[in-house]
Amino acid sequence: MSKIIQVGMADYKMATAPDKLITAGLGSCIGICLYDKVIKLGSLTHIMLPSSSQAKNASNEAKFADTGIKLAIREMEKNGAQASRLLAKIAGGAQMFKFSGESDIMKIGERNSVAVKENLQLHRIKLLSSDTGGNYGRTIIFDPETGDLLVKTIGHGERII
Amino acid sequence: MVYDFSELSGMQLDILREIGNIGSGNAATALAQLLNAKIDMNVPQVNILPFAEVPALVGGADLHVVGLFLVATGSAPASILFLLPVDKACLLVDMLMGKEWGKTDPTNLSDMDFSALMELGNIICATYLNALAVFTQLDFRPSVPALGIDMAGAILNAVLAQFGAVADHVLVLETEFKRDEQEIVGHFFLLPEPGSLDVILASLGVSL
Repeated sequence: MSKIIQVGMADYKMATAPDKLITAGLGSCIGICLYDKVIKLGSLTHIMLPSSSQAKNASNEAKFADTGIKLAIREMEKNGAQASRLLAKIAGGAQMFKFSGESDIMKIGERNSVAVKENLQLHRIKLLSSDTGGNYGRTIIFDPETGDLLVKTIGHGERII
Repeated sequence: MVYDFSELSGMQLDILREIGNIGSGNAATALAQLLNAKIDMNVPQVNILPFAEVPALVGGADLHVVGLFLVATGSAPASILFLLPVDKACLLVDMLMGKEWGKTDPTNLSDMDFSALMELGNIICATYLNALAVFTQLDFRPSVPALGIDMAGAILNAVLAQFGAVADHVLVLETEFKRDEQEIVGHFFLLPEPGSLDVILASLGVSL
């Protein structure tokens, strides 16, 4: 029996096929899916912020793009994955509010996606596909069996990337 | 500064609950007047939650909602978020705009509908803040409200992200608004920034 494993905000989980990973309601956050297709092991990290370096409290590694990716690589390697085989797919990083005026928090989505891409590059993980930006939320389901990432939205369609 | 909310005593939590009570009591009255309907509210919950558990408060991360969000600056900065299910929000727009019941289409909101929702949010949030200001003698200066219509989780994480740099938990003062005692109309959240708690509590003579 396959399970669908829930990943919350600022959370990290791992799954081996046929199990799947889901995170609901990604707004400015980004869901980072890494997988090793040889052993069909996947992980999903739901990060909220671009960098742990400006944070007063960085104890939860899954909250930040930089530490979240490190955490996922480390845990997956412990479970038999090889860093050189890891591939990535990402989704999220939207700007959720229609706002007049400027505010830093409104750009968090964009900063998150830049940071995620930079950190993936840093670890030489190939980004296969991404679905980021826009002004709408996403619920994503990742299947480590096929590497398919299903992106669901309200009013902006459904797609597999 | 309070970073760890678990340091709060029972009395301090009671006072926060009272703040939520006063603010949302006024907001509920404003909503009732706007809609010309009876609006009930529960006693506000003071919740100290990890981020991951916040969406469950409003019925799950997937729920389609309208979120009205504003930031109050001043000596005790805080964020205010009013969440209501999309179908309920559309009924509010119908009422406000004098349209036929059920006429507003959640998938196709006009500029006028957006304006009506903004105004609704403005009134409710400003009323809440006013009550707070009177009670604490602090000044709260509200920003222009921002409007988001989407999954509850998506709206919440855009708001919660700003607290992420300092905390793993967020203090949420939550009130549920109900119409005719059963139908949930909305959820009101007050999210004080960590340093603001000291200021608010000190203004009421219960400093840490």
